[in-house]
Amino acid sequence: MKEKNPKNYWRANLIIIFSLLCIWFLASFGAGILFSDSLDKIKIGGFRLGFWFAQQGSILFFVIIIVVYCFLMNWLDKKYNVEES
Amino acid sequence: MDLQVLTYLMAGASFALYIGIALWSKASSTKEFYIAGGGVHPIANGMATAADWMSAASFISMAGIISFMGRDGSVYLMGWTGGYVLLALLLAPYLRKFGKFTVPDFIGDRYYSKTARFVAVLCLIFISFTYIAGQMRGVGIVFSRFLEVDINTGVIIGMLIVFFYAVLGGMKGITYTQVAQYCVLIFAYMVPAIFMSLLITGNPIPQLGFGSKLISEDIYLLDKLNAVLNDLGFNDYTESTKSKIDVFCITGALMAGTAGLPHVIVRFFTVPKVRDARASAGWALLFIAILYTAAPAVSSFSRLNFINTINSSSYETTPAWFKNWEDIGLISWVDKNKDGLIQYGPGSSLDPEKPFFTKERGASGERVVSNNLTQNENEIYIDRDIMVLANPEIANLPNWVIALVASGALAAALSTAAGLLLVISSSVSHDLMKKIFRPSITDRQELFLARVAAAIAICVAGIFGIYPPAFVAQVVAFAFGLAASSIFPALIMGIFSKRVNSIGAITGMISGLLFTASYIVFFKFISPEINTLDYWLFGISPEGIGVIGMLINFSFAIIISLFTKSPSENVIKLIDGIRSPR
Repeated sequence: MKEKNPKNYWRANLIIIFSLLCIWFLASFGAGILFSDSLDKIKIGGFRLGFWFAQQGSILFFVIIIVVYCFLMNWLDKKYNVEES
Repeated sequence: MDLQVLTYLMAGASFALYIGIALWSKASSTKEFYIAGGGVHPIANGMATAADWMSAASFISMAGIISFMGRDGSVYLMGWTGGYVLLALLLAPYLRKFGKFTVPDFIGDRYYSKTARFVAVLCLIFISFTYIAGQMRGVGIVFSRFLEVDINTGVIIGMLIVFFYAVLGGMKGITYTQVAQYCVLIFAYMVPAIFMSLLITGNPIPQLGFGSKLISEDIYLLDKLNAVLNDLGFNDYTESTKSKIDVFCITGALMAGTAGLPHVIVRFFTVPKVRDARASAGWALLFIAILYTAAPAVSSFSRLNFINTINSSSYETTPAWFKNWEDIGLISWVDKNKDGLIQYGPGSSLDPEKPFFTKERGASGERVVSNNLTQNENEIYIDRDIMVLANPEIANLPNWVIALVASGALAAALSTAAGLLLVISSSVSHDLMKKIFRPSITDRQELFLARVAAAIAICVAGIFGIYPPAFVAQVVAFAFGLAASSIFPALIMGIFSKRVNSIGAITGMISGLLFTASYIVFFKFISPEINTLDYWLFGISPEGIGVIGMLINFSFAIIISLFTKSPSENVIKLIDGIRSPR
């Protein structure tokens, strides 16, 4: 039995967006700017961690966030039967 | 083979490819002209979006800027990629579902107002022209340095090429040329990056070489760079010198601005389905990330290479590239302490910063400048824009790599210029003429108008390239600040709120725009001498003020809407429609 209520679909959609935007915020504004000084004390290879987040890591996270979003939304569209034909 | 011949060959071959594609994909209806018929594969659209987005600024200037700013340059890396997350999650799928031709289309329909549409068109045109000026300067630099033609001739050749495929092919022609341009530009960016990474760290992947040890010494690249810079009196490369709030706001403004740029948004109108719009945002960011994660590595390699090659060597023994770039006025050297050697250090070597050359030559054969000298020990002026172009020469790479980089830079500049020209022409022919002033024109007339508008826009862009306005560098902050404070909030509220109405949205856009524009104009043009931390509002520089403008836009729009009438049933239906993919 597929759920059809558009209100629930929209709510689930907003929860997905909100959770992913939290990760987006933490990976860029968080790790790259706000907490970067403490992260800089951790060193992986030649990278200070805060510096790495600011120059490379955040971008990697952004790509992953969009990929996860695509999969979650395709699943949600199917669940609520709102896929395009 | 001779470098110039090679460059002509490579640039010529790439231009022939673009024109061939344009002939193959001629647009015959407004739908094809504006949105490529709406049938572009998401991966192709991802590549086209990446080429559209990565301009001369990304290709030529960004790594150079980061090279000299170090940690502070991170704002561009995060800001110009993080915006894609906002675009993918908050805008692309819904605007694709709305499914019309332009960004002002959505604002005009959702806020049921010609005024709202008109305000959006004005923002769009201003943002796009600001951007084009920068592309044309990029084309000019490449032509004058590598093809050794006059900058003006270079700009005119560039205009003709873009004219040909943008006017003829519209969005359809642009899309497929951009796919080709992406391939050219990413190849041209990565080849020298890989070479440099191998030479310096022995790691073939520049993204990893960035965090590796040097071949020559048992020390990490970044630690070595910090040490070398400290010796010369600079701060650490990996330390920030800006305040956190300013870095935070600049990053935010660049992100929201990126998501609000009309020529990027409109690319998502060209795919067949909502799920394709989501997927193609992912592909676009992946294709962009390849360059954007390599850029900071290139920055660090080139800074180290530059210092090793130049510092404490004599002018006579400098490699050819140093003198070539000096000849076109982007490098200068003044022997302040008369020791015949080049000293590099912090601070600007000249006052004013950019060199004014006289016709004379100095004791070592260098070009003499008429600027006053500053008190510090730095003797070098180097334009940051040349780092990426000069890198293959600085690293002694073969001639074909240098020629490749020149073609890549041209691809980056031309693809972005074409995308911008298209949104300008469609907003004139579609939004201004068809939707506001002359609703009675037929599809054929509208298509003709779109081509005329594109042609006029190219000429204006060419004039910007030939007579570059002195404020090009300053207005970049403008484009992102304005997009962040006007278009971006209007789109977000249009999708996620059913309560925001036309009067709220219009006041929001205008107040955000006016605030941001006046702040930037005040600090950049009226009183540039007090453009310092002490005078900034909350310590936010003009580059970051778009974030405050955005908050003003949101607050005005929401508060005014709450005290005025709700949007009508039809608008609610439209919103419900775009929220569901089916």
